[in-house]
Amino acid sequence: MTSIDDYERSPSIGQPSPALTEKLKSLWETKPGFIGWLGSVDHKEIGLRYIVTAFAFLVIGGIEALVFRVQLAWSNMRLLTPEQYDQLFTMHGMTMIFLYAGPILSGFSNYLWPLLLGSRDMALPRLNALSYWIFLCAGLFLYSSFLMGFGPNAGWFNYVPLAARAYNNGPNIDIYSLGMILLGISTTVGAINFIVTFLRLRCPGMSINRVPILIWGTLTANAANIFAIPSVSLAFLLLWMDRNLGTHFFDTTAGGSAMLWQHLFWMFGHPWVYAIVLPAMGMVSDGLPVFCRRPLVGYTAVALATVATMVLGFGVWVHHMFATGLPTISLSFFSAASIIITVPSSVAVFAWLATIWTGRPVFTTPFLFFVSFILLFTIGGVSGFMTGSVPVDWQLTDTYFVVAHLHYVLIGINVFPVAGAIYFWFPKFTGKLMDERLGRWNFWTMFIGFNLGFFPMHISGLLGMPRRIYTYPDSMGWDWLNLITTIGSFLFGFGVLLLIYNVIRSVRHGPTAPANPWDAPTLEWTTSSPPPPYNFAVIPVVASRHPLWEERLNQSEGSRSQIETGLLLDHGKEALGTTTLDAEPNIILKMPDDTLVPLYLALSMTVVATGLGLVNWWVVAVGGALTATCILAWLWPEARLGETAAPATGEPRHG
Amino acid sequence: MAERHTLEGRLPVGAINTRASGWWAMIFTVFTEASLFAYLLFSYYYLAVQPHLPGTFPEGGQPDLKLALPNTIILIASSLAVAWAQLGIERGNKHRLALGLGIGAALGLVFLIIQYFEWAAKPFTLSSTPYSSLYFVVTGFHMAHVVVGVVMLSALTWWSWRGYFNRVRYAHIHIGALYWHFVDVVWIAVFITFYLTPLLGLGA
Repeated sequence: MTSIDDYERSPSIGQPSPALTEKLKSLWETKPGFIGWLGSVDHKEIGLRYIVTAFAFLVIGGIEALVFRVQLAWSNMRLLTPEQYDQLFTMHGMTMIFLYAGPILSGFSNYLWPLLLGSRDMALPRLNALSYWIFLCAGLFLYSSFLMGFGPNAGWFNYVPLAARAYNNGPNIDIYSLGMILLGISTTVGAINFIVTFLRLRCPGMSINRVPILIWGTLTANAANIFAIPSVSLAFLLLWMDRNLGTHFFDTTAGGSAMLWQHLFWMFGHPWVYAIVLPAMGMVSDGLPVFCRRPLVGYTAVALATVATMVLGFGVWVHHMFATGLPTISLSFFSAASIIITVPSSVAVFAWLATIWTGRPVFTTPFLFFVSFILLFTIGGVSGFMTGSVPVDWQLTDTYFVVAHLHYVLIGINVFPVAGAIYFWFPKFTGKLMDERLGRWNFWTMFIGFNLGFFPMHISGLLGMPRRIYTYPDSMGWDWLNLITTIGSFLFGFGVLLLIYNVIRSVRHGPTAPANPWDAPTLEWTTSSPPPPYNFAVIPVVASRHPLWEERLNQSEGSRSQIETGLLLDHGKEALGTTTLDAEPNIILKMPDDTLVPLYLALSMTVVATGLGLVNWWVVAVGGALTATCILAWLWPEARLGETAAPATGEPRHG
Repeated sequence: MAERHTLEGRLPVGAINTRASGWWAMIFTVFTEASLFAYLLFSYYYLAVQPHLPGTFPEGGQPDLKLALPNTIILIASSLAVAWAQLGIERGNKHRLALGLGIGAALGLVFLIIQYFEWAAKPFTLSSTPYSSLYFVVTGFHMAHVVVGVVMLSALTWWSWRGYFNRVRYAHIHIGALYWHFVDVVWIAVFITFYLTPLLGLGA
C-alpha cells in the first residue's frame, strides 16, 4: 500500500557543495552528440536556438529588402519584374514580422526567464522544445514555396480578394496560409509556457511586484497571444478553404465578405504589434538602469503601463481599416482608442528619461542602443499618433509615410533593443565579452544608416508615393529621396553585418567574462557565465527587486535576499513550484528528461500541413495519425514525473 | 527573517491535482480554444448581418431541433459522468473513476454518430452559401474537438482501469476532464448560435 508519505517530503535546506553541483550537473546536462542535441529541453539551449534562427531570418529578410531597395533607388528601374517584386516585399514583411520579430524575443525570454526568476527551467520544458521545432518547421515551410519560385505575393496582410483563388491561382497563398497556422501553434504553446512559468515557477520571495520588467513585457505579450493568435490562424484556415474547398467566407461574389478577412487579420495583427515590442521594451527597462547606476524610476508605473498598453492594444485594430468605408461612429471610437494608447507608452518613455536624468550614465554600447531606442520609439510613436487621426490617415494611408512609421516602430523598438540586449547579455550567454570599440562603430553605423534610410520615407509619403509599387515614373520627383533611402538601408545592413562580425569574433577571441561584468542587480548575474545546466544549485530566496544591489540600496541586513542558502532539491531533476501572488513554496515539481518526442511531433504536424498544401487526404491522414501517436506517447503517465500512483523515483519510501 | 521560515515544512512531490504545471497549461489551452470559438462565432454573426438573398441565412430555414436538442442533452450528460468519475477518485474509488470516464467517452461517441446523421440530413453542402460554409466549419471544428476528447477520455479510462491513479495522484484526470467540460460548454454556445438565434429573427 502507498501512504501519503510517498507523495510528500520536507526538502532539505543547505549550501552548494561540489558533490551537489556534480550531481545536479549529471541530472540536468544535455547528453553529448547530435541525438542529445536534438533532444535537449534545456531552456538555455532552446533560447539560443531561437535567437540564432530568428537572427538568420532577419538577415534573409534584410537581403530581400536590399534587393528591392536597388529596384526602387531610381525611377523606371528594371532589376525585378512586378511578380518578383511582389514576392520579395511580401516575403520581407512576413519574414521580419513573423519569423524574426516575435521569435527573437521568445529566444531572449526563454533564455533569461528562469535565470531572472531564480528557477531551474521553464514550467514545461518539452513544450518549449516543441515550440522551437514547430517554429523552425514553419519557417522552412514558408520559405519552401519562395525557393521554388511561387512565394506569397499579396503582401504580408494578404487581403482578399487579391489573395483569393480567382486572382491568385498558384500555390503561393496556400503555402503562406498553412505555414502561418503552423507558426501560430508554435507561438501559442510558447505563450502558454511563459504564462505558466510566471504563475508557478518564481523563486520564493519573488512576489509579482518584484519581477523584472522583462517578465512583465513577455508575460503581457504572451497573454495577448493566447487570445489573438486564434484569430489569424482561423482567418488563414478559412482562406485556405475558400481557395481549395469552395467555401464562401471571403467570396464577395457569393455573399461572403472581404471585410471579414480584414477584421480577423487585424484583431490579431494589432495586438501582435504590441507583442513584438513589449518584451523588447522590457529588456530596455531592465538593461538601461544598469548603465545609469540606479534602479528604474517608476517600476510600478512602467509595469502597469505595459499591461495597460496591451489591454488597449486589443481595441485599436480598426485604425488599419480607416479607409474602408466603415461608419463614422466606429472610426471615432477606434481613433480615440488609438490616441489614448499613447498615454501608457509615454509613461514608460518618461520613466526611462527620468532614470537617465537622475542616474550616472555609463556610455557603453548597450547603453547607446537602449537610449537610441527611446528616440526612435518617440519618432515612431508620433507618426503613429498622427495616423491615429482619421482625416490624416485618409491622406497618408498606403503611402510611404506609413512604411516609415512602421519601420521606426519595429526597428526602433525591436531591432535596436535586441542589438543592445545582445551586447548586454552576450557575456552571460557565452562567457566572453564583446568588443566595445567595434560595438561603437556598430552602433553608429546602424543608427545613422537607419535614420538616413527611413526618415526620408516620411517625406516621400507626404509627397504621395504609394507603398508596394515596383517602380515609378521620373516625373514624380521621388528619385533623390529614394536614392537616399537605398543608400541608408545599405549602410544599416552594413551595421548589422558589423554586429554579426563582432559576435563571431568575440565568441572566438573575446576576453573571459566574470559572473557579473556590468555589476547588474538581478538574479541571472549570480550564476556563472555561461550558467550551469541547472542554473541554481540551491533555489535562491529574494527579498527585493534588486537582489545584488541590496547593500548599496541600504536594505537592512536582516531582510536581504539569500543566494547561497536555499532548498537543495536534488532527488532527481526537480524544480520548485510556488504560489501565484506571493511566491511561497507550494510543490516540488519533477522535471522531464531530454526527449525526441517534441521533434517528432513537430515533424508530424508539418506532414499534416504538407498534405493540406497538396490537398492530398492520405498524407493528411498519415500525418494526423503520427501526430496523435506522438501526443499520446508524450502524455502517457510516468512514475518518474510523479504522475502515477507509484511513488516518484528518487523518493525514499516513507521518508 | 520571515523568508527563511517559509522554506520549512512538507511539500507535495510530483504532479498533484491543481498544483501540477499541466493543469495550469490546460487552463490557458482552454482560453485559447475558447478564443478560437469566439472568432468562429464572430464570423457567423458578422456574415449574418451582411446583406444576403432571402432564405439563405439560415440556408433552408430554421434548423430542426429534433436531433440537435437531444444530442445537446447527451453531451451535457457525458460531462456529468466525467464529473462523477472525478469525485470518485477524490474519494479513492478507482472503479467509479474508470466507469465514469468510460461512460463519458461512450456518450461522446454517441454525440458524434448523431451529428453524422444531422449533417447527412442537411439539404446543402459546404460550398452552397456562406451560411452552409459556416455551418459545416463551425460544427466541424466542434466535432474535431469531440474526437480529440473521446480519444483522451478513452486513454484516461484505460489508464484508470490499469490502476495508474489513486486518491492523491490523479492530475491527468482533472486535466483531461477540464478539456472535456470545455468542449461541452462551448457546444452550448454553438448550439445557441446556430439553432436558437434564427428563432429570434437573426439573419432573416
